[in-house]
Formats: sequence, structure tokens, C-alpha cells
Amino acid sequence: MDFDALTGCLVSSACIVTQTTSGLIIGMLLFLVAVGLTLIFGVLKIVNFSHGAFYMFGAYFALSGYQLTGSFIVALLCGSLGAAAIGLIFERFFISRVYGRDVLMQLLVCYAFVLIFDDAVKLIWGPEFKSMGMPAAFQVPPLFIAGGVVPPFYLLLVAVALAVAALLGLGLARTRLGKVIRAAAHNPAMVSALGVNTALIYGAVFALGCALAGLAGALAAPVRSLTPGMGFSVLIESFIVTVIGGMGSILGALIGALLLGLVRSFGSIGFPLFTDGLMYLFMVIVLVARPTGLFGKDLA
Amino acid sequence: MTIESKTGESKMGINRRATLALMGAGAMTVAAPWVARAQAKAIKIGMPTILSGRVAQLGTSSRNGVMIEVEKLNAAGGLAGRPIEMVVRDSKGQPQEAARIARELVNTDGCEMIIDGEASSGSFAVQEVARDLGVLCVHTCSEASSLTADPKQRIPNAFRCARQGIHDSIAGGNYAAAIAKAKGLKKWATCSPDYAYGRDTTAEFVTYLKHFAPDVEIISETWPKLFQPDYTEVITRILQAKPQALYSALWGGDLTSFIDQANLYAMFTQMEVFAVNMADYTALTVVKNLPKGIHSGNRYIKTFPATAENAAWGDAYKAKYKEYPTNWSWQNATAIMLLNEAAKKAGSADGKKLAEVLPGLTVKCPFGADGTVTMRAEDHTIVGYAIGWGTTIPTEPYVPEVKAGDWKQIFELEAQWKKSKGYA
Repeated sequence: MDFDALTGCLVSSACIVTQTTSGLIIGMLLFLVAVGLTLIFGVLKIVNFSHGAFYMFGAYFALSGYQLTGSFIVALLCGSLGAAAIGLIFERFFISRVYGRDVLMQLLVCYAFVLIFDDAVKLIWGPEFKSMGMPAAFQVPPLFIAGGVVPPFYLLLVAVALAVAALLGLGLARTRLGKVIRAAAHNPAMVSALGVNTALIYGAVFALGCALAGLAGALAAPVRSLTPGMGFSVLIESFIVTVIGGMGSILGALIGALLLGLVRSFGSIGFPLFTDGLMYLFMVIVLVARPTGLFGKDLA
Repeated sequence: MTIESKTGESKMGINRRATLALMGAGAMTVAAPWVARAQAKAIKIGMPTILSGRVAQLGTSSRNGVMIEVEKLNAAGGLAGRPIEMVVRDSKGQPQEAARIARELVNTDGCEMIIDGEASSGSFAVQEVARDLGVLCVHTCSEASSLTADPKQRIPNAFRCARQGIHDSIAGGNYAAAIAKAKGLKKWATCSPDYAYGRDTTAEFVTYLKHFAPDVEIISETWPKLFQPDYTEVITRILQAKPQALYSALWGGDLTSFIDQANLYAMFTQMEVFAVNMADYTALTVVKNLPKGIHSGNRYIKTFPATAENAAWGDAYKAKYKEYPTNWSWQNATAIMLLNEAAKKAGSADGKKLAEVLPGLTVKCPFGADGTVTMRAEDHTIVGYAIGWGTTIPTEPYVPEVKAGDWKQIFELEAQWKKSKGYA
């Protein structure tokens, strides 16, 4: 523990700016993965243990898109749409068969596909790690705000994640489709009886969740090495986010991810050898205070 | 997984000389059939290594390093006249699986010796199998010093044909201290993966850095997890500490992620960076925006040692496998060279006889500091391999000038280190 460093940081504007933005960056990527996870759970009642694989697919599709076109926007689209397409196929042919089954069966199916997806990536892109490299537009010196260091690429990343959060929130609250999705989450039998094609809704929601994980993978691709199995580590942290925020809550995922990011960034200053432990400790404290998570009862 | 090595290239047609040779061979077979049978019997060498998962490149490039030399050797008549058949199996990086496979390779597959292409944790497990079965074993990937330095670990039938952490730390400490003194770098930070290799290597490097530059002070330590995807909090913590220099033992994909992320914070313009594992093609060719001026130990670079033999070997490997060799490749290739030389000296491919002649054996080798490497008799580990540090540039040759480490100095300090550890 290094309390001196932590207090030193908290009275320095440079440190506060750097660590807060660092927390936002960590949090926002986690949010994109976690929000898909929580959306799928909220509507489909499926705990998608294979969600990390879609983050991986997003990163690899983005890499291929970027290598082919040199455009980062195309890379982001490839990452999101590619992950969504695989997600849709996965949901229609496999996940749809375990709706309403016990969690163990869902876990088995998802875990089997984690292995299959990892091997598929290995076959297509090779077992070695890959790096996309930073797009030329972002190969610029960092910004210095109040003495703190803020990389411009991370500003884009945070802005995209916030835009996704806003669009999702508004879309679910204000649009007709959003209302149908929320209704399907509460009472799928009734929604189906009213003539709504719930299979379509389920497929669309699963694909959307996967697209968000794919977008996170694509956004992370310029700064993280790509390896088969890379989704596993983000999956664990995304589960922590959804548990802290409350399973099924989008606002919870946002707040949970931001809190976790800040815990990690400031924790690394004050508790450099206990940063991971701090994350779990934080989860325990939240769960003791609110067993359903911060926004556990809310749905969108 | 089994690889049947090729014994030569088939040629269409037959000429007079070949006909005579065939007739001669036929006559020999009739005259001395037992010789022909003995020569035809292939020698199986088992190889547990990591062929899947995040460090699969360790196994694939180790296998490639072995195969390129085995194919040459088989084309030249094999190991003391016996063609080598490699049996390569995937341990998935799990020590218990490595031990099980090693045992199975000997007991079930009939392998007469083991090339252990495991990372350190697996190598210690394979060492115990070799101790139990008495089979000749050459470790080709483990750099953990204690594997051979610790007399409790050592056995007469096991050898290490790989770098050793302590050698790199002494050479690296000396190199870094010279730069620290020249540039006045007194405040240092470290950032290494949080497991045995990262902790040990960093501690040894710091020991020798301080040995050569006593006024150096470590003001910040960060220990990211192995395979951590995001280093933002680590990078910002290092920046907050404002060190003048950073040492890192990160490697592979972790190192490239760290560099990509640290680039965003312009870290490499704010401090001198010493990354022992940077100068390996594995990392050099993958990083798209490699900053100029990162100091690194040589892992495998075809330009160091700057000899025609080394360059030719690197190019031949690339032509065959469509990628540059790794540090693991040269170590595995050297193992085959050593076995070949030992077999020539012993006049046999028998593992026990090879184990008797390997200690102290010097072999001509493209990766030797003076064109040779030696299997040191006292602790069964290779010495005299090319070791040095230099600074990186973003394009080939990546490390244009490598300052060679001084083996005399390495031996002296290694001896002191062994005494301090109770190994000698």
C-alpha cells in the first residue's frame, strides 16, 4: 500500500486528470462488452459465457477490414457487423435450443463454443499474436490538460462508448422496438400472444449484444495484441461489471464499468500490488450492501 | 502429433553413378545384412512442447528450429547413421501434461531421447521424468537459472541448450549501467509480468544494474498480470512516478500491447526504455509503430552475431517457414547440432553414451559469440552463445548495432552469484 502516493495524486491536478481519464478508458471498453452481456441476460435470460469470443471476433474482423482498406471506420464496421453475424447464427442454431434450460446446460454450450471459436480464429488468422497498429490519424502526441496526459485516440473511444450508451438508453426507452424488447423481457409469452415474432426479437437482441462486444474489440484492436482466446480476460471483468451494476441493467453496466475503471486507475497508485484484489473487494462491498447490484431491479 | 522427417529429396531418373552406388549397396546388404538393418533403424526423439494457446509460437518455432536441422542431418546420414524421427506433442503449457507426455514418449512411443521444448514450469516437470527414466534430455526453452545452476536439480543425463536468465541479467545490467552513467539515469522504474520469470529476471537485472551503477534507485515497480489486455493504469502509474528509465521483462503479445498503449502517452519520449525481450522477430515484426531507441537484449537477430553463417541460417529458416526464427528456434536448432557432434564423438546414437560426451563439448554454431557454443561440463548448460544489447529502429535490421556482452565478466559474476545462492 502506498497511501502517500495516493494522497499525493489526489492533490495534484495532473494526476487526477491522467488517472480519471485512464479510469474512463478502462471503464468504457468494459462497458461496451458488459452492456451486451447484460442486454442479452435482461431479455433472453441467458448468461452468455461465450461473450468474450465476440469481443475477439470484433478485433480480428477489424484487423482484416483495416488491412484490406486502411480505413479505421471500415474496421469498426467490420468488427461490429462480423461479430453480430456470427452472434445471430450462434443464437439461431444453438442458443435458441437452450432457452429456459438450466444454467449448467447454457454454460456447457457456451463453453464448448468458446473453444470452437478460439480454434476457428486460430485456423483463420493463425496462432501467433497480431497487432493492428494505430491508424495514422491518431499517431499524434497526447494532449496535456491541466498537466495530465490524455491520448486523443482514447477520447474517441470514450466518445463512441458514451454515444452507444445514450443511443441504447434512448432506443430502449423511446422507440417502439425498444418497448417491444422491454415487454419481451418481462413477459415473452404475452408478447408472443400479441403477434410479435419473439424469435426475431431474441435473435436481434443477441446480435446487438454481440455487435457491441465486437465494437469493443474493434476499438481495442489498435492498442491490444490480438490472440486466440483474448476474450477470456475481458469476460471476467465484464461479469464483475454486470454483477456490480445489476444483471440486466444498462445504466448499471455503465456506472459499474466507470466505477471499476476508476477503482483500477486510482487503485494502481495507492495499492499497486492489490489492484485486482481491490476490484473484487469493491464487488463484495457492493453485493453486501445491495445483493442485486447497484441497479439490479431496473431494466433499461 | 507426429512428424515424420524426410530423409532426402526424391529424384527422377537414375544415372550410371547412382546405379553403381545401388549395386554397391545391394552387395553390402548381402555381405553384411546386420549392418544394413542397424543403420536403417530410425532413432525416435520425443519432444513435448506448447503447440496451442497464447504461447503456441514457442512450440511451433521450437519445432521448426529442430526440424530444419534434423532434415539436414538426415540428408547427411542421420545421427551416427540412424535417421531421426521426431515425435512432437502438445502439452498445452501444462506442466503435469508435459511430464505425462514425456513419460509416454519414452515408455509407449519408444523414443530414445527427449528434447524438452517446454517453458520453465514444464521443464522442471520433464526434468523429474528424465531423472526417473534415466533418458537423455535436452531442455531447449527454459531460461530459469536454477534448472541447471542448482545442484539439487542437476542430473547426469539432462542438459540445457538455452539462454540462462542470470547471463542475460549480468550482460543487461552492465549495458544499462553504462548508459545510466553516461546519461545520468538515476531514477528507475520496472514493469514486468507478475510470475516467476518476470520477478526473477527483474530482480537479477536490478542487482547487476546496481552492481555496476550503485547510485541507481528503483522508484516504482509495477507487476501487470501475465496476458493482461490493458496496461493503461500501469502506464499512467509509471508516468506519475516520473522515472528517467524503465526496465521491462514483458514479452511477446504483452510487450507489443504495452508498446502500442505506451506510445499513446508518448512514454518513449519521456524516459529511456530497456526491454530485454524486444529484439526478437516475434515482437519486432508485429509492432506496427515501433519507437526508435528501445534498448533490448538480443533474442534472435540474424545480424548478431554479424556472420555470414548466422544470416544464411536466418534467411533459410524464413524461406522455409515464411517467418523469421525466434529465440526458441536457434536454441532448438543448436540442440540438434550438439547431439550430432556428440554422436560423432561417441560413434553412437545411444543416449547414455551421448550423455557421457556432451559435458564440455564445443560445437561449431552460427549462434555462438565466437562461432562456437560449449556445453559447460560443471552444470550442463550452454555458454558462449551470442549475447548482447542494442537499440531498436522500426525497420530491418531492427537492431543495427549490438554491443556484445563480455563472457569473461559473465563467468566471474555468475560464479559469485552461485556462491551467494549456495549453488557452488
